Order: sequence, then structure tokens, then C-alpha cells
Amino acid sequence: MSTYWRTFKVAAWLGWEMDSNWTEPWLFVLYSILKPVAGAFILVLMYVVFATIGNTEDPSMFAYMYVGNAFFIFVASTLFGTFQVIQSDREWYQTIRYVYISPISYYVYILGRAASKVAVATFAVVVTLAFGIAFLGVEMGLSLADVPVLVAAFVLGIAVLLAIGICLGGISFLTAKHVHGLAEGIPGLFYVFCGVLFPLSALPEWGRSVGQAIPLTYWFDLTRRILVPGTSIDRTLNAYDDLTILLLLFASSLVFFALSVIIFRIGEYVARKAGKIDMTTSY
Amino acid sequence: MTEVARRNDLRARIALNLRAMVGRAYPRVIGANREPSWIIFEAFLPLLGIAAYVFIYQALGERALANATDPAKVAEIQANTNALIASVVLGGTMVAFWLNVLWSMASQLYWEKEIGNLQLYMMAPMSRMALLGGMALGGMFMTSVRAVSTLAAGVLVFGVVYRIVDPLTLLAVFFVTLIALYGMGMMFASLYLLWGREAWHLSALMEEPIFFASGFYFPIGGLTRVPVWGSAVAIAGSFIPAGLGLDAMRQLALGPTAFGGQMWLFSVDVELAILLVLAVVFLVLARYALAYLEVLAKREGKLTSRHQ
Repeated sequence: MSTYWRTFKVAAWLGWEMDSNWTEPWLFVLYSILKPVAGAFILVLMYVVFATIGNTEDPSMFAYMYVGNAFFIFVASTLFGTFQVIQSDREWYQTIRYVYISPISYYVYILGRAASKVAVATFAVVVTLAFGIAFLGVEMGLSLADVPVLVAAFVLGIAVLLAIGICLGGISFLTAKHVHGLAEGIPGLFYVFCGVLFPLSALPEWGRSVGQAIPLTYWFDLTRRILVPGTSIDRTLNAYDDLTILLLLFASSLVFFALSVIIFRIGEYVARKAGKIDMTTSY
Repeated sequence: MTEVARRNDLRARIALNLRAMVGRAYPRVIGANREPSWIIFEAFLPLLGIAAYVFIYQALGERALANATDPAKVAEIQANTNALIASVVLGGTMVAFWLNVLWSMASQLYWEKEIGNLQLYMMAPMSRMALLGGMALGGMFMTSVRAVSTLAAGVLVFGVVYRIVDPLTLLAVFFVTLIALYGMGMMFASLYLLWGREAWHLSALMEEPIFFASGFYFPIGGLTRVPVWGSAVAIAGSFIPAGLGLDAMRQLALGPTAFGGQMWLFSVDVELAILLVLAVVFLVLARYALAYLEVLAKREGKLTSRHQ
């Protein structure tokens, strides 16, 4: 266990250094804020344009979109932070062979590398939410009694995301340099089907079923229930109470953890057998 | 040198540079197709992100329709929702080209340096502009697959209706926008060599903020509706050719009266003229930046130094 912890700590430190040591701290902070705030502003302008040309305002929908988009920063950062490790070590730094043959768990090493991305994402989410409340009039509220549920949902949500990221990492052992396509596409899948920006009811029937099969849908719904209480948006998950959703998230995190171990091991085994562990595919 | 020798020399140089362009475009056009998995990653998966923005407008439209009873108002909401979804789809095609410019043009020389190809390019006798031109042509071809699939999905899946009355001007705006965009990418390619590791982060930083400032997912004129800073952001975003190009293409594909004609930045003619100027300026700047950075990198001995 101490080896795992040491691996995690050192990998987290390495990830932090790689993410932040390219520039001055103030520039890094600006960079960490500018991207997510600009992402939020895209939604703000979409809403402004719709409201302007239609002369209709819909603050409930705006709050729904804004909070969902803020928490989606975790999805994009955590997934990217996890599955890009293999390809960046293999294709970019070409150090994978040295890390891979060292006496550590490569699975834990990847989790450690992703930790800094989760930390930066947390900062960006807090900034985005605070900006929305202070300058855009997003109607949010949080009662003290809901804090434990919010924290538990957060921990389970991140655990599911890390597990999904490792699954993708296992696949990326075998694929060419597709990190950007994956970074854009896989979060896009969750963007569409998990009720992040619009209620599931906007999707066709089959899309709703897909969304209800993804645990992140429940995480977003629970988070929004706590932060935007009393919204008039149809969430389509009204049949579940908070505790049921937490239990569902807990069960999903266990299932996805098991899946991540299996897919990671299979990817690793096939890559070793095919001699692809340290391949480079630059075109 | 005699006239004949000079003509032969010119012909030889043109042939050499054309071969270099074809050679550099080849891995992107042919080589990438040897790995068909890129179609899933580059063409299919990115559609999902665009679909999310489409569904936002659909959800907003449905909620507005739920409160509307007047048939004229219902028709207006439906027309506006269609026009906004069409704007997203057009923006989605331009996102593909912008990402290609950032990651496969601007970052490419830096990437080539990291993997050790740059010194080979520098030793080869062709013009570096031919090399970047080949990269651009290959990148445009690869990206067109994604752009076409986005447009097709817009029409077939989301039922977007376009009203194109002047297809020739639309094509002219599209190609001038691409030339200006890739010219900008060529200019950035040499600047990225200078900026080193920060280049990677700069590319990442030029995604969402540029999507926002250049109105990739909403008509850029919407920014002028935001008091105090909106117009300034819209003008700043117009320096990225995609913003003006998109505004002109939306006017040509949806009709100038879409959104009540109140969301456009300039007329199509003015935007096309600005785009032409931008295309020339970026190509000229790319030529000079490349020459300057090459000399600087050689003088400082950084042409082959990695991870800096």
C-alpha cells in the first residue's frame, strides 16, 4: 500500500510540474481561469442571442445550463488528464518505456498524473460558479444540510470519471495519436447524453435511455438539485430521491472501477504482445 | 546567367517546391487513411459536441414554444430556432478548420522539432513556405471530411434548412476564409518555434476563448448586444478570419433577413474585402516570420533543442 501511495504522490507532483512549470504562476492562474470562463460565456451569449431575437427570457433554463456547464469542466479535465498520460509519455516525451519498467503500478501512476488536472479543474469550477453568481445573476443556493451529499456526490462523480478515463487509457495503448479527437469526442458524448446543458427530455427516446444508463447523468442531476433548488426544468429523474442517486453513483463507481482494471489489463497485454507499448505514430 | 539558364532554374525551383508541397501533403491525405480509426476520432466523435449546442437551442425553442399561442409567434420562434441551429452547424464546420490550424499547422513545426524532423526540413533545399503550404493543403483535405460530415449531420439529423441564393459568393467567402486562416496558421507556426513549450498551452488557450470571441456557436453580432465590452470583443474576434468568414457565410446561407437582420456585423461585401486583406497580410507575415525565426533559431542554436 505504501508503494501505491508513494507512486500516487510522486506522479501527482510530476503531473503538477508538467502542467504548471512552463510559465509564471500568474499566467498559469489566468490560463486556468480564461478557458472555462470563455466556455461559460459561449453559453451566456447563446442565451443572450436567443432571448434578444425572441424577446423571451428563461432564467431557470439559463441557471440549468450554467451550473451544468461549470461542473462539466470536471468531465473534460479529468478524462483528458487520465487518458492522455499514456499517449503523451509514449508519443511526446517518449519516456513510457522507463516509467513502465519501473517497479510501480502504472495504473496508480496514471491516477496520480490526473490528480493535478482535478485540482486545477476544481479551482476553475469554483471561479466559474462565483462569476455566474456575482456578474450574471445565476440563481443558486446551497444549504448547510446539503453539503455532505454534495461532497459525497462529488467524490463518487470524480471516481467514475477517473475509472472511465482509465478505460480509455487502456484503449489508447493500442491506438495512434488520437488524443485530441478523444479529448473532444468522449466528453462530447457525455455533453449530449447526460443532461449537462439541456434536460434529457430534449433528446429522442433512445437518447434518453442512453443518458439514463450513464452514471454521470445522476451526478449532474443531484448536483443541480442541491445548487439550483426549485427550478422549473423537467429533469426526467424526479422518480429518484437523493439517497437513491447516491447509491446508484456508488454502485456505478464500483462497476466502472472493475471495468477499468479489466480494460486496462487487456489493453496493456495486447500492446505488449503486439510490441506497441512504446510505438510513435507521428503524421 | 543566360536567359535560358535562368528560366530553367526557375522551372526547377517551382517543380521542387511543388514536389515538396505534394510530399508534405501526402502523409495527411494518404498516410492518415492507412489508419482508418481517425475517421471515428476526427469525424464522428466531434459531432457530439456540436449536437450538444444544437440541443440547447432546441430546448430553448421548445420552452419558448410552450408559452406561445399566436401562430405568427410560433412560426417566428421556429424560424429563429432553425437559423440558430444552422448557425451552430456552420460554426461546427469552422471549428474543425480552426482546430486543424491550431494543432496541425501552428503547433506542427514545434512538434516536428520535438520529434527530430525539423532539422531534416531545414537541410532540404525547398522553400519552407512550400512545406507549410503542403501541410495546409493536407490539413484542409483531412478536415474537410469532418466539415462535410458536420454539414451533412446538420441537414439529415437536425433537419436544418439553408436558403442559399448566391452559391458562388458563398464558395468565394469559404475559400478566402480558409486561405486567411491557414495563412494565420503558417504565421503562428514560426512564432510557436520561438515560444517553445508555451506554444502548446497557447493552442489550448485559443480554443474556447476564440470560439466565444469569433461567434462559432452564435451569430457574432450578438456580442454587440452586450453593453460596454461586447463590441470590443466582437472586433477583436474579427481578427481571426473564422469570425468574419462565418458571419458572411451565415448571411449567405440563411439570408440577410434571418434573425430580423439584427445579428450581422458587416455586409457580405465588406467582410469578403476584409478577409481578402487578412489573407494577403497573414501570408506575407508568415513568409517574413518564418525567415526571421529560422535565422534566430539557428543563431541561438535552438533549432534542434527539445522540450524547451
